Amino acid sequence: MLITNIPLEFYLVLSAILFVIGAVGVLTRRNAIIIFMSIEIMLNSVNLTFVSFSIYFGDTLGQLFVFFVMAIAAAEAAIGLAIVLALYRLKQTVFVDEVNLLKW
Amino acid sequence: MANEIIKELSLGFPIFFISAMGILLVIFDAITGKNKIINYIFAIAILSITICSAGWILFSQYYNEANNLVIHPISMGMLAYNGYAYIFDVIFGIAALLTIIAAREYNERAEFEYKEFYSLVVLATSGMMMIAHSADLLLMFIGIEFMSITFYVLAGYFRKRVTSVEAALKYFLLGAFASGFLLYGIALIYGATGTLTFQTISQKITAQDYNNLYLILGITLVFIGLSFKIAAFPFHQWAPDVYHGAPTVISGFLSTAGKAAAIFALILIGKNIMFVAIRTLDSNHIITLQNILAVLSAATMLVGNITAIAQNNVKRMLAYSSVAHAGYMLMGIVANTPDGWAGASFYAAVYVFMQIGSFAIVANLEDKDGEYLDFSHYSGLYKTRPFIAAMMVVFLLSLAGIPPFAGFFGKYYIFKTAIDAGYLWLTIVGIVSSLISVYFYLRLLIYIYFREATEQILDTSEPRAAGFTLLISAALTVLLGIFPSYLIELLLYLR
Repeated sequence: MLITNIPLEFYLVLSAILFVIGAVGVLTRRNAIIIFMSIEIMLNSVNLTFVSFSIYFGDTLGQLFVFFVMAIAAAEAAIGLAIVLALYRLKQTVFVDEVNLLKW
Repeated sequence: MANEIIKELSLGFPIFFISAMGILLVIFDAITGKNKIINYIFAIAILSITICSAGWILFSQYYNEANNLVIHPISMGMLAYNGYAYIFDVIFGIAALLTIIAAREYNERAEFEYKEFYSLVVLATSGMMMIAHSADLLLMFIGIEFMSITFYVLAGYFRKRVTSVEAALKYFLLGAFASGFLLYGIALIYGATGTLTFQTISQKITAQDYNNLYLILGITLVFIGLSFKIAAFPFHQWAPDVYHGAPTVISGFLSTAGKAAAIFALILIGKNIMFVAIRTLDSNHIITLQNILAVLSAATMLVGNITAIAQNNVKRMLAYSSVAHAGYMLMGIVANTPDGWAGASFYAAVYVFMQIGSFAIVANLEDKDGEYLDFSHYSGLYKTRPFIAAMMVVFLLSLAGIPPFAGFFGKYYIFKTAIDAGYLWLTIVGIVSSLISVYFYLRLLIYIYFREATEQILDTSEPRAAGFTLLISAALTVLLGIFPSYLIELLLYLR
């Protein structure tokens, strides 16, 4: 198999890099939609980890997990976009730094 | 085969029933038209049946620890049927029931009563029960996500009120971010051991058949993810904003049942992975991790209590104090002994009742736009609203940890287990921070009892159904304070 010619570590490093890109995106961007996209990158980088471990171990458990993660990410997308939409209706903005009523 | 299926159906009746009925309730919403009371009663009935069946299984000892060695035909070994799970079923069920009972008049007053509220609370409860029954990291993750996603919706339930939507957005973005960490941690634990079942993970660690680097990284990331969910120190900033902005009854539900569920997930990780790893290997890394956790627990208690002093808004004060209480529960995880798990579970149970009670009072005193939440609005409350003032005394003294009430024994037991586990300094920090907390709880009581009403008197009506929430939670707080040994011994026996 072609895929096993590439060592496992390569996949893990790739997914770790993707995860960090996603995390940095969440921390630095101010647009709620882009933050949400960064979270999706994080989840998908974890999916890559799962699949590569799964291939490496030769069992299907990790790939099974990925399907559940995809379903959960879809549910999260539905809820998240609905919340952003509700915010836009009230405040005409999707930038999180303009949403600051709650402070101590 | 048929026998085994029937056996599992009866063992898992609480969780199967509430999950199926939660979905049915959503369909039911669409059929019943404008009549909201039917859904209210239906949701209460579902939760009551769930609590009763879980309680019956628990007290008749129908479940058996040996059950968990058999692969069950329906769940294929993914659901665990042990005593802890049923105890937490009962706790989550009661929390949801108290919330729903108190919620109806609150939502009516805010002119925002919709039927899906009840189905969402029932579904969130079924997600928590999934965590309680999980024998597998996959199910634990699904349960946490199921719970969180329904919580995002509930936090933004008043979708025409900016604060509520803001709370939902913050909760959603940070919660989903935390889920990413949790998921990455689970992936690395899978990579370290090649399996997802708690039992097999323990076996592999005992047999030293795992990758140390991935395991340490995985546990760390899982802890980061779960610390977000329980609002522990470096990851607690979202909590005050969310609990302040969300509808008050929902804040009560999020900050108690949600926290108890995440604490249970931490107990699962501590029990099945960290405890085993320390016992078999004397792994220095894991002990370092435990010490870091101890520092975080101390910081959580101090930060929560010190920041709560500065608050003038009762809801926000309760929100910060809920951060501090997460720190107390974390002490049980730090000790990481059977006593510690029992202590954390006991404290979670007690905390659920006292916190839901105090949030129900705040909800009752709030006006329809969510105003009148400051300390000064509570002055002279004992004259105008003697029943509510008396109930508030019970909850606040219990939260502060004053002896006859359950909060005292919960703290005492957790401090004792932390000393037994060799964390004397952590216990001292805990005691100091709980002394600090007495200040702001008593300050509210002074406003209620020793100040004359200066501002206009709150014109909300006396609680109707919410009175039951207050009475039940006050009764449970007092009972668990006077007879704590029943629950503690049950928890210790079941471990």
